[in-house]
Amino acid sequence: MSELIQALSAQEIAGIDAEIAHVPYRSAVAIEALKIVQAHRGWVSDESLRAIARHLHMSAEELDGVATFYNLIYRRPVGEQVILLCNSISCWIKGCDKIQKRIQEQLGIGLGETTSDKRYTLLPVTCLGACDKAPVLMVGEELHENVDTHSLSRLFDDGGGTSE
Amino acid sequence: MPVITIDGVSYEVESGRNLLETCLSLGLDLPYFCWHPAMGSIGACRQCALVQYQNAEDTRGRIVMACMTPVSDGALFSLAGDKARHFREAIVESLMLNHPHDCPVCAEGGECHLQDMTVMVGHRDRHYRGRKNTHRNQYLGPLINHEMNRCITCYRCTRYYRDYAGGTDLAAMAAHDHIYFGRHQEGVLQSEFAGNLVEVCPTGVFTDKTLVHDYTRKWDLQSAPSVCTGCGVGCNTMPGERYGRLKRVHNRFNAEVNGYFLCDRGRFGAAFVNSGSALEYPGLREADGRYRALDHHEALHRMAATCASGKCAAIGSPRASVEANFLLRELVAPENFAPGFSDAEQGLVSLALTLQLASRAGIPSIRSIESADAVLVLGEDVTNTAPRIALALRQSVRNKAYELAAGLRLEPWQDAAIRNLAQDQRSPMFIATVADTPLDDVAAKRFSLAPDDIAALGRAVAATISGKPLPSGVLPEHLHSEARMIAETLAGAQRPLVIAGTGCGSSAILQAAADVANALCDNARKAMICLCVPEANSLGQAMLCGTQAPDLAALQRRAEAGELDTLIVLENDLYRRGGQAQIDGLLAAFREVIVMDGLDNRTTSAATLALPAANFAESEGTLVSLEGRAQRYFPVFQPREERRPSWVWLLACMKEMELPECHSMHHFDDITRICAARIPALAGITAAAPDLHYLNLGVKIPRQPPRYSGRTAMRANISVHEPKQREDEETPLAFTMEGLNRSQPGALLPWVWAPGWNSNQSLHKFQTRAGGPLKGGTAGARLLPTGGGGNGNAATSQAQPARAESTAGTTTGQRWQLVPRPRIFGSDELSALSPALAELIVPGFIELCTADAASLGVKDGDGVDVGDGLATLEVRVNDSMVAGCAGYSAGFSGTGELAALAQVTLRRADAWQRAPELIGSDRGIGSGGGHV
Repeated sequence: MSELIQALSAQEIAGIDAEIAHVPYRSAVAIEALKIVQAHRGWVSDESLRAIARHLHMSAEELDGVATFYNLIYRRPVGEQVILLCNSISCWIKGCDKIQKRIQEQLGIGLGETTSDKRYTLLPVTCLGACDKAPVLMVGEELHENVDTHSLSRLFDDGGGTSE
Repeated sequence: MPVITIDGVSYEVESGRNLLETCLSLGLDLPYFCWHPAMGSIGACRQCALVQYQNAEDTRGRIVMACMTPVSDGALFSLAGDKARHFREAIVESLMLNHPHDCPVCAEGGECHLQDMTVMVGHRDRHYRGRKNTHRNQYLGPLINHEMNRCITCYRCTRYYRDYAGGTDLAAMAAHDHIYFGRHQEGVLQSEFAGNLVEVCPTGVFTDKTLVHDYTRKWDLQSAPSVCTGCGVGCNTMPGERYGRLKRVHNRFNAEVNGYFLCDRGRFGAAFVNSGSALEYPGLREADGRYRALDHHEALHRMAATCASGKCAAIGSPRASVEANFLLRELVAPENFAPGFSDAEQGLVSLALTLQLASRAGIPSIRSIESADAVLVLGEDVTNTAPRIALALRQSVRNKAYELAAGLRLEPWQDAAIRNLAQDQRSPMFIATVADTPLDDVAAKRFSLAPDDIAALGRAVAATISGKPLPSGVLPEHLHSEARMIAETLAGAQRPLVIAGTGCGSSAILQAAADVANALCDNARKAMICLCVPEANSLGQAMLCGTQAPDLAALQRRAEAGELDTLIVLENDLYRRGGQAQIDGLLAAFREVIVMDGLDNRTTSAATLALPAANFAESEGTLVSLEGRAQRYFPVFQPREERRPSWVWLLACMKEMELPECHSMHHFDDITRICAARIPALAGITAAAPDLHYLNLGVKIPRQPPRYSGRTAMRANISVHEPKQREDEETPLAFTMEGLNRSQPGALLPWVWAPGWNSNQSLHKFQTRAGGPLKGGTAGARLLPTGGGGNGNAATSQAQPARAESTAGTTTGQRWQLVPRPRIFGSDELSALSPALAELIVPGFIELCTADAASLGVKDGDGVDVGDGLATLEVRVNDSMVAGCAGYSAGFSGTGELAALAQVTLRRADAWQRAPELIGSDRGIGSGGGHV
């Protein structure tokens, strides 16, 4: 048990156990448990993953299969804020490539990369549900619509912390 | 039966099947990937597309996946039409997007289902010009090679590994075109059945690592039908040879025994055949203790002279063929022939046979075990003693799921739907063992009990089923309600099964298991009983020798009394049958010791004359499996130098001695025939396989496939003159490509191949229907009554032994009861010599529960002295171990002096140090994997 407590905080365990109370099988809360741990730590490390798997009576392989299936469960450390750049069809027509290029110039990161100051990570995403306002991206929790190179500079020029 | 129409031709087909298996059964070539006859359909790969039409007026039709489409009367399909053909071609093209086309360096090449299907759909030109995804491969242990880039994401690997075999450490990772089948971290695959991935994977992602490192293409392998010698189950195999080396073992389908799957001991354990310690010449011990090599004439002469002048006794072997044992028994006379078990084991195997002969319950085939809907396992850790049975038990617990599915009219092949429906609901399986077993995850309940308590539990279950009161004091109080619950479950089942075995060394458990099965039969249940015996021919040996055969101790007494002076030992390392002092004493009691064996061991080293005996891959013989099935194995290749099958040595010796018994024996078949005639219990062995005179439509059966290459070149480094192919004068098989491999009896199937089907998926061309029994019939002849012909007398007459007071869960007087804990890798003598398996074998250890370890003052990794110097072993604390019992790794070096169920003292061994660990040869530097 001591190993488990090291890898998962009491708060995380409480959160996961609350979810378990609602389902017939412990493994049914796999996704929720991953989200809870990610909410606390920003990402899900191998150690965290194994600890969750033990707690849910699953094998690490089984849980890792779930964790790696979802691109919003981060299995590598990400920056303080994740930029989710939509590259599905509407945003592609409306020039998301240009946006990506501009972010590369401005922050120096490509897809899957994190700025050296660990503030931003850029990830592609398939549709944010705002096709009528394409191109769109999310910074942290905040959706930015009709993005162009101009609005982009404003987004990140001041250090980017606009969304919190 | 429904009638369906495919491309305008009407077929009457079996109902309840899907369209894919129906097409294959009809002989139509329909490409597929994810469907597997043992695993059903999930419709993942989209390859087996047909066009289905609503009615005769429907000209457009719609694409359906054949594997997900039930056959229904009047259905109209197009298989050969352009729409279906183009769709299938496009699917292969899309599956091949990321495939590296590395066939020339791929171990699967030449027997690759993906190659076959690609050719079959006619896909040739690729349109994709983008970059291909590449993956990092993982170290998965010494048995399996991983090459993820070749994957076509059919999901067969995880469906087999997780769903079928119950493994937990292989999963599909990521999504869309990043999908990766592997482990969370590099490391040895933990399933005992991981080797089947090699045959399940339709391409070269999972390949046989031992073959990869000593490679030969399938078409260059010479193969013969064989039987695994790794345990008593008798799985059918197809070993492949090239250049005098056994290259690999593949599964040989037997609908009643192993089906499509082997265990890893069977698949990778046969490499002992290539061992450097194989004997090649007869050796005569000189006065200075050194051996002088003889040729076979001289050796025979010596052997015959020694046997003729001496008073001969012999020790046979439960790992040698019925025929070799029979000949040796004839040579020395039955009263001088010991079967070659250890003294304790002789009683157990003999009891197992007696109980089965007398049982009213049926003796199930391995396939029938899968049909059980309630199982009670008493004492036996089948995963480690008879592994293939464990895989069958994993399928038996799914009968609950099939029952639920039938209620919803779901066909049994609807795999994903049925698994979703059943979730964790399983047919009940109860396991009572001394400690945890790898089957615990699918058991309704497992009890950790001392051997006597396991027997008492069994007897209590039997009494409850019969409605008798429980004798007081026999069973601990807390088990009374459990016994009732088990009894009610078994009595309420349609096909209850009881499993026990010799694995934990207790005759009381065997008897208790028989009691339960007989009690179920008394109550009009169709019960089954399966009693596991340890070796490939244990049961055959018990049938040959009967219950009155002398044991090792008896032979020694008579030799010491001067009645015997010459001992012949057949393929048996006696030092595995008794303690060092006992065997030293036994061998010293004889003036001459003649030993026949394939490999050098301590017994051959004690011989005055050692004869090199051919192993299973170089000789023919009959083995009787634990279900009483007599099965024949055939030579895969010719033995080198002076190695000869044991029966050849013995027959030649008898002829040299001019014994009248051998006058009518000329061929191997003669021995089988005469043995069957002399020994009533073995009367059926002639039916195990056709004899020498069998011809397949007038010709022999070829061991080499049609594309066998390099026959004129492979010996060119020795001589450019190609020798004549050796003729096989003993079997219906030939050491050539010439002949016919089609529709012959299943016992004679040396390899599978069909035009257009180079992989093992060609098997369906040899089956009566896809997934069904072989066209030529199922291999083997059952020697035991399968329907339960006995009267149950043997069982009840010997039951109810008094409970030993000193044992069973107590540590009074600081004594522990030794209980064997066999292990799949290491407990078997010959497979442990396979280099790949040797990497997985850790030194033997002793298991204690936490409280017992604490009372001894030891923890994990400490050493403990057992029985005042019998052995010193590493401690593993295992909390599932029943208190008062100490589980030792049976059959491992260093545990030879330990006897099952003995009461011993344990003492902390302060000076003990762990032996250095063997480091895997191919684990790359920097790869993070490690043994668990």
